[in-house]
Amino acid sequence: MTTLPADGFGRERIVDNTSETPGERAPLVLNMDTFGEVTEKVARVAETPRTPIAWYIGFAGSLGLLGLLGFCILYLIFTGVGVWGLNTPVAWAYDITNFVFWVGIGHAGTLISAILFLFRQNWRTGVNRFAESMTIFAVMCAGIFPGIHVGRVWCVYWLFPLPNQMEMWPQFRSPLLWDVFAVSTYFTVSSLFWYTGMIPDLATLRDRAKGRIRQLAYGLFALGWRGSNRHWHRYERAYLLLAALSTPLVLSVHSVVSFDFATSQLPGWHTTIFPPYFVAGAVFSGFAMVVTLAVPAREVFGLKNLITLRHLDNMNKIVLVTGSMVGYAYAMEFFIAWYSGAIYEKFAFINRAFGQYWWAYAIMVSCNVITPQLFWFKAIRTSIPIMFFLSLVVNIGMWFERFVIIVTSLANDFLPSSWEFFTPTWVDIGTMLGAFGLFFTMFLLFCRFLPMIAIAEVKMIMPQADPHHGEHHDDHHAHEDEPSAAPTGDAP
Amino acid sequence: MTSTQTTIPTQAPGGAPGIDTGDPDLRPAYGLIAEFESPGEVLKAAEEVRKAGYRWWDCCTPFPVHGLDGAMGIKPTILPIMVFFAGMTGTIAAFILQAFTNASSLSIWALVWVTGYPYLISGKPMISMPAFIPVMFEVTILFSALTTVFGMFTMNGLPRLHHPLFNSDRFRKVTDDRFFVVIEARDPKYFRSRTEAFLESLGATAVEEVRDDDMTEEMD
Repeated sequence: MTTLPADGFGRERIVDNTSETPGERAPLVLNMDTFGEVTEKVARVAETPRTPIAWYIGFAGSLGLLGLLGFCILYLIFTGVGVWGLNTPVAWAYDITNFVFWVGIGHAGTLISAILFLFRQNWRTGVNRFAESMTIFAVMCAGIFPGIHVGRVWCVYWLFPLPNQMEMWPQFRSPLLWDVFAVSTYFTVSSLFWYTGMIPDLATLRDRAKGRIRQLAYGLFALGWRGSNRHWHRYERAYLLLAALSTPLVLSVHSVVSFDFATSQLPGWHTTIFPPYFVAGAVFSGFAMVVTLAVPAREVFGLKNLITLRHLDNMNKIVLVTGSMVGYAYAMEFFIAWYSGAIYEKFAFINRAFGQYWWAYAIMVSCNVITPQLFWFKAIRTSIPIMFFLSLVVNIGMWFERFVIIVTSLANDFLPSSWEFFTPTWVDIGTMLGAFGLFFTMFLLFCRFLPMIAIAEVKMIMPQADPHHGEHHDDHHAHEDEPSAAPTGDAP
Repeated sequence: MTSTQTTIPTQAPGGAPGIDTGDPDLRPAYGLIAEFESPGEVLKAAEEVRKAGYRWWDCCTPFPVHGLDGAMGIKPTILPIMVFFAGMTGTIAAFILQAFTNASSLSIWALVWVTGYPYLISGKPMISMPAFIPVMFEVTILFSALTTVFGMFTMNGLPRLHHPLFNSDRFRKVTDDRFFVVIEARDPKYFRSRTEAFLESLGATAVEEVRDDDMTEEMD
């Protein structure tokens, strides 16, 4: 553990908590001794009248892109899908690429909040709120694309089993309809999970609020939470149930998305490896996006003691693991294409790597297979500038992965006379960039007005939260906890 | 971030929001709150309050304190059982939805008259179970999650816009770093001075009486 010399309060300041000492738990909350300090640190971000200038710059850019999204969508609706570059045989291109990309991003949040919760990974508390919010905003972005790509947007309710004038129903044997159910369930459940987890923190903001408007706004959304232990009992049980329900859900969502491709007959899509491969890719890109967002956010809002280097290190490890799975899947796809003996399948993969989209494939492999392997080195895993750069690279790579899967397979299918080369139009590109505008607008609003870190949950993992804390001074925690046993009323 | 270490006389609930004029004593007492500074203290206090035989009481904490459920003698919630049945309802509902819309020609009344439409897709059986399973799974999760959250809130008596405890300024720290034991006035063993002395003996840093604005809601 790297420490700096004592600060003004006579405490050593820990800056690096990434070292592994057997038999000792690395602290997850640094340089904070009291619960009050955690509250103060997180709540102040939402309370301060002085918004960081970086926030305004980011928000202005995001709003601009959001405007572009609105414009592109309106243009599409008023003119028709011809404004996009896609055409038979490439009937899906940027729209579904963006859809799969955003749904994938949306997987890290639930993974952190649900799966890591079930595995009792306490470090999740520093980043779970953050990642859950990201999930919800990413799924919002994802939801736009299937909605607008149908052509006649005003008929989009035909996706749902609602009685209509044709007296017809959606076709439940189609994976496209499973997708409707999977994504809408995922959005609903992750929103519930996010909101349920936020209620105690909204109550914190309510109790600290000074102005009447803030009191009312936070008070309404805190639903009258008063920290009653009889409530906490049911709340914790509900949270565990939500985690247990979300775990299979998150795995099912991207599996169902992959069924859109895997159940078709198209070479390059018709593979059984798709569900696990898509889930691994989703987690991979989702964690990269969490790193992309966490690095600037902890800097701008001064949360380095709560989103510590150890959190980032852990996330980079997950990027490494899932990136390796993705690399394995790429290799296995090629192997099976050869091993199957199917000439169309073989052609599809050779064409993918060396055909007209070879550059997209090269970007995909270099970003997704080679880059994450750098995370084997601890120096890279714990270097803020490098991890930020690599997380961007992974995001780009994962966008290209979806592009490669969708477009190369469609552009060169069975009949060479109908081959096509897809070129995006400015509307395609504008819509893609605009979705980032929506994502970042929502995210920046969240950072500014809501508790960015799960305050109550972070308090739970502090050593002071143990009711028997300070009773056994002879155990291995003693040295580390000694200074915090004395009550300090001096929050920095 | 200063902590009040002194015991505030309980006759003075002054400073509570909503009391601007008149005698605060005109309002009925909701109960006594005792403030503690650490999870360990509130855990010990909870043990004592339960042993003393109080029934209408609670602990309010900024986060769930490990072991407090046991110390308070809280019975396990029936929420998981509710969720199980909700999930099963979802499974069956999704199956019926798919079988009705895609594999039957029945007419039923569901707000409006609707008729099933048997689709024959690539010669698959009408009731294509494998194809129906993804939607059945998703609806199961959806029903379960909705029941989890709304069941939890309903059983907790939330949302509510106000609670007598919010009349106390001191109580605002419950979502920050203070731990409270609350004994309600309706408890048969509640006797203002005796309960107050009892709470002080448990090591509370402060004991305060909280007034209720509206007793009718709590009369049950």
